[in-house]
Amino acid sequence: MFGRLGVMLMKEFIELKRDRWAMFRLIVPLLVQLFAFGYAATFTVTRVSTVILDLDQSQASRALISHFTATGIFDIVDVATDQRQITRDLNQGTATLAIVIHARFAANLANGKEAPLQVIVDGTNSNTALIALGYVSQIVALFQEDEAAHLLPASAGASAAPGTLTLSLQYQPWFNAGLSDRWFFIPGIIGTLILVQIVGLTAFAVVREREVGTLEQILVSPISSFEFILGKTVPFFLIGLADVALISIVGILWFGVPFVGNPFLMLLGSSLFLLSVLGLGLLLSTFSQTQQQAFALNFFLLNPFFILSGFAFPIAAMPRILQWFTYLNPLRYFLVVIRALFLKGVGFWTLFPDFAAMFLLGTGALAISMMRFSKSLD
Amino acid sequence: MSAAPPSVLTEGLTKIFGRFTAVDHIDLSIATGEVMGFIGPNGAGKSTTIRMLCGLLRPSAGRAVVAGFDVARKPEAVRAHIGYMSQKFSLYGDLTVRENLRFFGGLYSVRQSEMAERMRFAITMAGLEGRENALVNTLAGGWKQRLALGCAILHRPPVLFLDEPTSGVEPEARRRFWDLIHDLAAGGVTILVSTHYMDEAEYCNRVALIDRGRLAAIGTPSELRGHALGGALFELACSPLGAALAALHRAPGVIEANVFGDRLHVLLADASAAASLHTLLAAANVRAEAPRPIAPSLEDAFVRLVTRTRRPEAAS
Repeated sequence: MFGRLGVMLMKEFIELKRDRWAMFRLIVPLLVQLFAFGYAATFTVTRVSTVILDLDQSQASRALISHFTATGIFDIVDVATDQRQITRDLNQGTATLAIVIHARFAANLANGKEAPLQVIVDGTNSNTALIALGYVSQIVALFQEDEAAHLLPASAGASAAPGTLTLSLQYQPWFNAGLSDRWFFIPGIIGTLILVQIVGLTAFAVVREREVGTLEQILVSPISSFEFILGKTVPFFLIGLADVALISIVGILWFGVPFVGNPFLMLLGSSLFLLSVLGLGLLLSTFSQTQQQAFALNFFLLNPFFILSGFAFPIAAMPRILQWFTYLNPLRYFLVVIRALFLKGVGFWTLFPDFAAMFLLGTGALAISMMRFSKSLD
Repeated sequence: MSAAPPSVLTEGLTKIFGRFTAVDHIDLSIATGEVMGFIGPNGAGKSTTIRMLCGLLRPSAGRAVVAGFDVARKPEAVRAHIGYMSQKFSLYGDLTVRENLRFFGGLYSVRQSEMAERMRFAITMAGLEGRENALVNTLAGGWKQRLALGCAILHRPPVLFLDEPTSGVEPEARRRFWDLIHDLAAGGVTILVSTHYMDEAEYCNRVALIDRGRLAAIGTPSELRGHALGGALFELACSPLGAALAALHRAPGVIEANVFGDRLHVLLADASAAASLHTLLAAANVRAEAPRPIAPSLEDAFVRLVTRTRRPEAAS
């Protein structure tokens, strides 16, 4: 004797099995995105296209330029002969950074006066600009040290600047000793991909039955909305868990992200996250009569969920009102959980508030969906 | 027979969507084993009524009892005792014939021990022997329709609601489908079937005409044909038609006279008045043959019924 839930599940799995492209659609986009984001999502700035205008043409100015080229961070794309050329390069986007070494640079340097060096940066991407400027000041500082070492022996080593105090700051990052931003992003990508895929799958699966008319046929049967919803979501729950496992393993083996946490906590966290994501998908489906509506709603929701999750932009830096919104975002909690489990290896009680939040969001969304669902034909 | 309670009973059944009254105080009583036809223009409220009877929609007013259960209070019990075929074909196209049957049998908790026999029955009934493992998507319209009926009766429901089950199916398959309906009714199943094919109304024991959410008329097809017109219909070959029409409109006992091709259709309050028509027309210088009694089609009756029920509304 099959229970009604049993026949629902069997039907879902037969349909999934019969859909030849299902496996392809479920797995390939995930892997493609994991690889694309895995390589693309980075804060590191390299290959800064740079234009140089050397008005001094001295040994010192050439030494400074070679300091820049030696790092490998700056690509000298153009050597300008006047200011206008620099303006043109920056306007056209040929160069992001311009270094102008003014006349009397070497002379002033030798005399201990201010040596005129100008750096212009394209601030369109403020993040890249800031990081590039950081590199510039490091290189200039290094150049200064080298020049000083050059000059000092000549000007009597005895007077070794008694007032100068040298501080050496030693920093020690925890959990991600190499400060690799890939370690930061890969776990986040797992959460984001699961959110996008499972919300879409769930919403579309239910709305499709509504559109085709099979939903009505099911609703006139004695099946309860609880049985129907369970039958509809359990397969996606299992698919979601398999997805988490698959992309975590690729993240660990291919991208070399360490996993130091407890796998069972990961299973618990993923299950709670999937609960809330399935709830979200179902809720979306109860607001959509057609797949087109579901698509529009999905589109409307997913970007805010992504941006207001802490995936890339720190929640603490957001305006207060947007911070409140993030409390309704299951991805916010899962990102905390998955990053903590990958990199920190914290225990259950540390993550308990996030677990609880996902559980509440999930059960809340499911309860509302079920209530709306039983009246959905009215 | 008259002592048995009706299988389907509605009293003042009403459904209001916002400011639109889709179903307006419908009273129906369908006896066990009866085939009741539901006829009416699109948007008349047929589907809405059927959906209320299935427990898919909550009535705004009035009540409905199906197979002994109140649809508003005991929708779950109603669902276990009815079969339903919706307007849209709604089986799973990516499942085979057998898988669909097993799925719907499972939803209705058909016992495993009876499942094989019921499935065999449904497959035979639909004429799908040898195609049990075919994907439903690959079947032609008529087979799909019969399979849908098979799925709807797997749990042997005493009441069956069929919402335009034959729309989009070729005539041959439609006839076969109606044979199945009559077989089921002979076995004691009560059937409410909506259709917009007038010829199908003739296959029903009784017909309910729905117009603008109201029950415009109800009766056997022959009752509707006869009584609905409120008189006897005659065909009259005569000329000139204009003068004849004018004379007839003035004559007492003539309810209505209309041009039908090169002849007139004359509706008389009393059939015996036909004999006097000849003298009447002769007086108006009209040459006429003897009036010939004709049987009105159901379509005639419906057109007339609908115009009659709408008229007071137009006057107000």
